[in-house]
Amino acid sequence: MPDLGLDVLFKGKNMLRLLGGLWVAVKISLISVLLSIPLGILLGIVMTFKNPIIKAVTRVYLEFIRIMPQLVLLFIVFFSTTRTLGWDISGELASVIVFTLWGTAEMGDLVRGALISIPKHQYESGAALALSPAQTYFYIIIPQTVRRLIPLSINLVTRMVKTTSLILMIGVVEVLKVAQQIIEANRMTSPNAAFGVYLVVLLMYFMICWPISMLARYLEKKWR
Amino acid sequence: MRKLNRVIGILLALSIVFALAACGSQSAPQSSGADKAETANASFRTVDEIKEDGTINIGVFSDKNPFGYVDENGEYQGYDVYFANRIGEDLGVDVNFVSTEAANRIEYLQTGKVDVILANFTVTPERAEEVDFALPYMNVALGVVSPDSRVISDLSELTPEDEVIVISGTTAETYLTANYPDIKLQKYDTYANAKNALENGNAAAWANDNTEVIAYALQNPGYTVGIPSLGSNDTIAPAVTKGNESLLNWLNDEITALGGENFFHTDYEATLVDTYGTEYEDSLVVEGGKTN
Repeated sequence: MPDLGLDVLFKGKNMLRLLGGLWVAVKISLISVLLSIPLGILLGIVMTFKNPIIKAVTRVYLEFIRIMPQLVLLFIVFFSTTRTLGWDISGELASVIVFTLWGTAEMGDLVRGALISIPKHQYESGAALALSPAQTYFYIIIPQTVRRLIPLSINLVTRMVKTTSLILMIGVVEVLKVAQQIIEANRMTSPNAAFGVYLVVLLMYFMICWPISMLARYLEKKWR
Repeated sequence: MRKLNRVIGILLALSIVFALAACGSQSAPQSSGADKAETANASFRTVDEIKEDGTINIGVFSDKNPFGYVDENGEYQGYDVYFANRIGEDLGVDVNFVSTEAANRIEYLQTGKVDVILANFTVTPERAEEVDFALPYMNVALGVVSPDSRVISDLSELTPEDEVIVISGTTAETYLTANYPDIKLQKYDTYANAKNALENGNAAAWANDNTEVIAYALQNPGYTVGIPSLGSNDTIAPAVTKGNESLLNWLNDEITALGGENFFHTDYEATLVDTYGTEYEDSLVVEGGKTN
């Protein structure tokens, strides 16, 4: 077994600090996911409207968020709002705002895609059975949409968890930043600590994302 | 035809986004310039405002041992942090440490999200246009380390066959390329590769920041820093938001006053001596803001 410098994790409160950092990352992604899903579903429904103005506005919003790297969005929300509007928002709040804007845009597009993928004859069959448009939506369209959405939205959630590694750039000390702090504090005494500590961080991300993927697989099977 | 329409639609949407992005980037410098004039007072806090608030926000590195780092108990430590704590003590306020990165230090000051940056911040003319530097408290220069068997104590000792190791993208590379174009350089991407190359005898010497080569020679017997100070002598100083005269003057008075009690030597002995030894104490520390 090569020396991975894992002993640095057992010095002082290092392991607790690392777990605390993980909690920061999970908390921010959890809040953002809980906000993005309902907002994204609304946006997705709005995006299927035929009105050209609504179409253009939602399209520009979606493409803007997609084209901008998340890091740039974080800098815009954290620093530029202070510069131009004088709002002094915390790094955590800025992260939640950016992740919610991003999650809503991506989720909206997924919902739109799932909605338009339902063949027209499903709506027509509903009408032929004398169901009202609301009943058609509730009993026929939504169950099929949700099933199509699950793998895609779970993928989005895990991406959001992993992208929290960028928020250290706006001063939020999350798991990756704590890992870097631990590695650097022990640079002279355990130069190999980088391997061990990053390996542990990898396992931590895995332990968060893997159960989410398992849940998706379970739901997909259950609702088949 | 419908396909064509869709392509045109997507192109249109994209061009709108790019146009917006372009406008954004064009107007950014203008608007920030205007903001500086308008909100000149809102973007930073004077000494009195800090005292009234009871907390000073100081931006430090949290992962640059031994200048600013976090120890195993979650406490900030290091040469910069030692000074930051003294500032808080003398102002009579608590210190709130903000973890900064090299790339966002200026932004933190310009938006007033920190009052002072004490993050191993090297004074350069370009940076001085964006922020105000106080008096310096440390020297930085380049250094050259070589094996004991043939110590290079001047660059003129190098023969045309000798090569010098540098890490790509460092000031050492820029300086040697610009000022000694005849010296053959061996470039490595990482610290570890450069270290291996020197130890395998691939080159006559290794040029890097002097703090780095001094620390290296101290930990690796058989190697000596023949040239401890090369190139332009830069300094490290606290920085405040541009125009924050009140805090800048306070810091300058503080640094001058601390010179009287040899504060930065005490700081060095408390934080840096394990890494750099006592031999270079006087050449690295700047006391009372006075450089030689």
